[in-house]
Parts: sequence; C-alpha cells; structure tokens
Amino acid sequence: MSTPLLAIEDLNVTFETRKGPVRATRDVTWSMGREKIAIVGESGSGKSMSARAVLGLIQPPGRVEARRLEFDGIDLRGLRPRDWLSIRGRRISMVMQDPRYSLNPVMTVGQQIAEAYVIHHGANRAEARRRALDMLAAVHIRDPERVYGTYPHEISGGMGQRVMIAMMLIPEPELLIADEPTSALDVTVQNQVLAIIDEMVTRRGMGLVFISHDLGLVSSFCDRVLIMYAGRVVEECAAADLHKATHPYTRGLLACQPRLGERAAELATLNRQAEWAR
Amino acid sequence: MISVDRLTVRFGSMLAVREASFEVARGESFGLVGESGSGKSTILRAMTGLVPTDGGRMTVDGEVLGKTRGRRFHRVVQMVFQDPYGSLHPRHTIDRILSEPVAIHDLDQPERRVLAALDDVGLGPSFRFRYPHQLSGGQRQRVAIARAIIAEPQILLLDEPTSALDVSIQAEVLNLLARLRRDRGLTYILVSHNLAVVAHMCERLAVMNRGQIVEQLTSDDLHRRQAATDYTRLLMRASEGYDPTLATV
Amino acid sequence: MTVKSWLLADTPHSRTQARLGQAYIGLTTLLSNPLAVVGLVIIGTLVLVAAFAPLIATHDPYQQNLALRLKPPSAEFWLGTDALGRDIFSRIVYGSRLTLTIVCLVAVIVGPVGLAIGVIAGYAGGITDRVLMRITDIFMAFPRLILALAFAAALGAGIENAVIAIAITAWPPYARLARAETLTRKGSDFIAAIRLQGASPLRVLFGHITPLCVSSVVVRLTLDMAGIILIAAGLGFLGLGARPPSPEWGAMVAGGRDYLIDQWWVATMPGIAIFVVSLGFNLLGDGLRDVLDPKMR
Repeated sequence: MSTPLLAIEDLNVTFETRKGPVRATRDVTWSMGREKIAIVGESGSGKSMSARAVLGLIQPPGRVEARRLEFDGIDLRGLRPRDWLSIRGRRISMVMQDPRYSLNPVMTVGQQIAEAYVIHHGANRAEARRRALDMLAAVHIRDPERVYGTYPHEISGGMGQRVMIAMMLIPEPELLIADEPTSALDVTVQNQVLAIIDEMVTRRGMGLVFISHDLGLVSSFCDRVLIMYAGRVVEECAAADLHKATHPYTRGLLACQPRLGERAAELATLNRQAEWAR
Repeated sequence: MISVDRLTVRFGSMLAVREASFEVARGESFGLVGESGSGKSTILRAMTGLVPTDGGRMTVDGEVLGKTRGRRFHRVVQMVFQDPYGSLHPRHTIDRILSEPVAIHDLDQPERRVLAALDDVGLGPSFRFRYPHQLSGGQRQRVAIARAIIAEPQILLLDEPTSALDVSIQAEVLNLLARLRRDRGLTYILVSHNLAVVAHMCERLAVMNRGQIVEQLTSDDLHRRQAATDYTRLLMRASEGYDPTLATV
Repeated sequence: MTVKSWLLADTPHSRTQARLGQAYIGLTTLLSNPLAVVGLVIIGTLVLVAAFAPLIATHDPYQQNLALRLKPPSAEFWLGTDALGRDIFSRIVYGSRLTLTIVCLVAVIVGPVGLAIGVIAGYAGGITDRVLMRITDIFMAFPRLILALAFAAALGAGIENAVIAIAITAWPPYARLARAETLTRKGSDFIAAIRLQGASPLRVLFGHITPLCVSSVVVRLTLDMAGIILIAAGLGFLGLGARPPSPEWGAMVAGGRDYLIDQWWVATMPGIAIFVVSLGFNLLGDGLRDVLDPKMR
C-alpha cells in the first residue's frame, strides 16, 4: 500500500492542570488516504484536539506524544517551527467553525485571501489579487470583484465560510481539516457550503478530515466515520454502514436524536458506561 | 391562552417580524421554526416585553399586553434562554439564583421550594451552593429551567433551549421539558431552528422566514412530510442530512 | 476534614462555605504569582509599619535637635537627620500613617462614587446617561494635578483638603469603567431573566450589575494608588498637603531639595519610600487583575 496521507498511532494529548494531568486524547490511532473521513464526538471527546495535534498547534502546558504521527511520510513529531512553515497552510489547511472569529476584522476579505497566496507562493500584488478573485469564483461567489473589497462583518455567515474555504484552499493543500465548518450556519446554507467543500476536495484529489458533532450530517457526506468518546476512538466504520454500528455509545448517539418520520413518546437517552472512558 | 395578532417588530429600518399571527391553546405545545433572522426569537422577546413592538396585539391569559409587563404577567409567563453559559449570573450561587424569584414574588418557604425545584429538574441538593462555572452546559440549562418553574408559572417560552447542548444532553433536557409539561399542565412556545426537535416536542407549529409566518401545520403533517409551501419542504429535506441536490448555488 | 478540603469541597453546604471557597481559590492564584506576592508584602509591610509606628520608630519624629542636623545615616540615626535634626527614619515610619490615610480615604470615596454614577448612567441610558457622562467629562477635562492644586489652594493646606482635592479629580475614570461594564452586561441573558421575574431596577443594579463591575474597579483602584500617592506627594511637595511639622513624605522630599547634592539622604530616603509603595500597589494591582478577570475563569 502506498504511504497513507496521514498516519496516527497512539496519539496522546495531555494537559497539566492544577488537579493533575488531563488526557484530552487517549491512544488515538487511525490513518487515511485521499478520502473524506469524519471524526464525530460530543464536547470533550477530543476530536478538535486530535486535529490541533496534527497541525502542531498544541502549546504548553499541553503535551503531544505519539508512536507515529506522519503526514505523507514526514514525521510531524518534534518538527521545528521553520519546518512547520512549509506544511501548515501549504500542505495541510484548516477551516474552523465561525468565520466571525477566524477572519481578521480589519482587513478586507480579498486581502486576506491574497495574503494566503503570497505567503505560500510569493507573488506580486496583481498576481495575488487575480488568484484571489479566481478562488472567490471557484467557491461560487457571484460577484467576486465586489466581495473582494468587503470586510468580514459585512458578509453573511455562509459567505464568510466560503471565504474561509477560498483562503484555506488557495495554497492548494493536500489535506483539509474542517473543524465544525457548518455548525454556525443555517441548515439551508449548510448544504451549499458542504457542496463546495465536496467539489473542491474531489476535484483536487484532497484528503478531508471533517470534525463534527452531527452524526446524521457526516454520514451522508463522508466516506468513513470515526466516533470519539472521552478521548478515545470507540468506533470506526464506513459511512454507509453507520446503522450497523456495534459500539453502545454510537448506537446510543444514533438513538437519542429526534427524527422526522419517527414519533417517540420519549427520546432514548445515553446510559454512559464507565468502561467507555477507560 | 395566548393570542398573537398581526405582530410587527421593527429594528431601525428593518422589519424583524411582519404581521405574525398565531394562537396557542392552554396546555398546548406550539413551535416556532425558522432559520437565523427569521424573527422567531424576536416574537418571544416581544412577548416578554424585552423588545418594543410596532404594531399588532398580543393577549396572554385574557389580558392584552401593553408596553410594560406587570407582576401578574411575571407569575404566569417565564422564559428559558438559549445560551446556558449566559443565562446564569456568574457570581451567584445556584441557591441565590433560585431563591431570588421566590423572594421577588413573595412566596413562602423559600428553602423548600429551592430544594423541590432542584429535585424536579434532576439535580440533587448537592448543587445548591455551587457556582455556574462549576456546572456543565446541560446542568446549567437544568438550573435555568428550575429558575423558570420555581414560581409556578403557567406558560414557558423556550428560546432554543437545547441548541447549544450536545445531542445526548439534548435528549435528556427535552425529556425533562416534556415531563414537566405533563406533570404541571404547562403551555409551551418552543422556538428552534431544528425541525426534528420541534416535531418531537410540539403539537402544532409555525414556520417563519424573514419575519413572516409562512405556514402553520401540525407535527403529524411534519412526520408525514406533508407541507403546503416550498420553503417548509426545503427545510424538511435540509434537516435530514447532506443533500447535494439542495445546493442551489 | 481539614480546612483546605472544606474550602475546596465539591459540594459546599452553605453560601458562606461557597464564598470562602472561591476566595481561597482566588488567594492561592494570587500567591502563585511571585510579583503579586512582592506587591502584597510591600503593602503588608506598609500597613504593619503604620499600625505599629510607635514601636518601630527609633526616635520622636517631631523632636528637633539643631546640633545634629543633616547628619548622614549612622547607627543612631538609621537614615540620617534632616535640616532640623529630626530622625528621618522615624519620620518616614510615622509618615506611612499619613500615606495610608490618604490612600484609603481616596479609595473609599472614589470607588463607590464612581461605581454608582457609572452603573446608574449605563443602566438607565437616555438623558440620565448623557447628563451624568457630561458631568464626568467636565471633571475629566482638567489635568488632575492642576485641578487638585486649585482645590487645595482654594480650600487651604491640610491633609483632609488634600484628600478631597484628589478624590474630586480621581473619580471620573471609574464612572466610565463602571458604565462600560454595565453596557456590556446589560444585554446578558441573566439580566433579562431576572427582569422577567419582575425584579425592580434597583435590585438589578445592586444585586446583579454592580458585583460584576466591582472587580475592574478594584483592580483599577489598586493600580491608581501609585498615582494617588504621587499626587499627594506632589501636593505635599508644593506645601499644599499636610501642614508642617507632619512627616508627610512629599513634604519631606520638598524639605530636602536644598541639600540634594551634599546631604542627598534628606530628600532621597522619603523619595525611595514613595517609590517602593507605589511599586507595591502596581504589582499587587497587576496580580489582582489576573485573579479577578472573569475571562480567566
């Protein structure tokens, strides 16, 4: 088998707190090629921490330890800041939840996208601007010239996410990590943004790590799903086989959601077992 | 029990709510569904007097609502807010948060009521003297519900009560709300962007888009996927997961 | 059960236990910051010295001895003597009482007044807000030292008048701070919730909004102490503070300025005292901000 795009083995992210060490992830192991995988979990499951560990964003008092943490054969453990420059943004990119907080409020949207290009490809202003406009059109923004000159607070959430996607994909990375990219969006806009991510990822042959709390959403969007609970990966299966999941946590998660077309007097609740967290 | 007739709310030059009309019978659970900016939360805020209105009439328990809300209104109507992290005073203990409504309404036996309310929402007496930052999101929301029911209101306005909670906690809180309504014969208006939640919790609902009520239907209609307007159908399909055919860019 | 585990208990059994527990956590956070500890030690020393001045001073601060004037620091006069032969060390020790008095009186006036004006303006809004803020602006438009000078000159010299003069000029920033915090918190859901219970504006203001503004006011006050001490010293230096022969530190510096070159200790020793105490308040204020800042929670 060719080198996996991302290979993680026994990833442990630990934080030292006043009450002792807190393990945000426990022996997390998975790998992926150029496919769409989803990491699903509730708050505190460690899904975002895993992504940050991949991008080397965990700072002290956090500690990252792994038996294997490789991106395209490159060992990500203990990389020097200089080496990260050629990976972060350039080969691995990350789209986050709320564009209101992840876009710089004092720069126009177009300038931010152009900047992302200049940092990784070093072009002059005119070239960067042209590329940025191309990207804006690629994410199906109808009036790229006008939107180029707007500020983040002047555009809607859905458009903000498209701008984020444009900004993160302009350096043409090989892996995109999307951390709850549609959670802050309305349900109709969600579809549009997901369609754009789908198109970009498929067209460029990228890998996608989609982090979400919404099991229903990812099962219809991704190829494989990983379920995390209390820092551990408790289940891994193909998205199409989700209804055949075996782990009680996954089954519980699937069962406790209200669904159109299924009347229930009371919603099933999750009976958390201590052994899931061990 | 509740009657809203052609309610209009304006923020500056923008119409947040446009001539919304609906009725809720006593003991019923009514849903208001829509996306952000549809005006659903604004209707609740207008009802509680937190936001001034620019037209229309609201009647609660036989009384027409004017510019301010009196003591009687506050005993009859209470509200649960969306953000569990913002709805409890960060410097007050849970005991203080729950005792205050009792003191304001001049009710007897505050200690008994506080303990009973905590018990009703599934939190034990051990939570009494903790601070909000020591509680999880689900626990805070339970405290918010306890605060809302401690003075024994008849109507609860629920503004996206579970949107900020994990799915498994949401199930617990929704079950709690359903049980409280059954046990106390409460009337609910539930605002949510989640169609499945509203279909589960409410008997009837109104769909809102850009300030207007687009359609009113029953939860049976929703479960049978029968809707009269395109917008409602769009919402139904969008709430069932990713559908590339819906992405009309 | 030890005291510590009682304080840190997961489920407190009374409001007092809960409050003390939070205070304990705050204290340990403060003490974990070495600079804050330095500040605390300095201020603690100031308080102790002021309280036990008669026991700590080696001589009578008012006792003149013209034969022993302008003597350098020695075993008998630890910090030397001034132009009238008085022991500088003892004068500094007794002067700490004056410094502490000024600082406490100003804080006690300025804090509550600024807080009250700020929260009322912020919560009431409308014309009340505008009127109160314009009054605040008027007071803020004057340079602090000059306005203090004007008041002190008008009211006459003396410690009480110095305190009033400083307080009058120092309150506006606190009103602004309290108003800004109030405006931020006014729209919170928990304020809406208690209003929905039928709470009167007074209850909301004093039970809910004011407690949230107190931390920033306390931090700001502590940091401002340094400035207040300097202004008091400035007034004293110009002869508008404490009347002679009071051992007020600023006046002592003034008294020593003619001898700065040859008998430097006369002006420098009280100057160092002023510096150390200002520094202490600054460090403590910084440490308090880390503890009280709600964002850190």
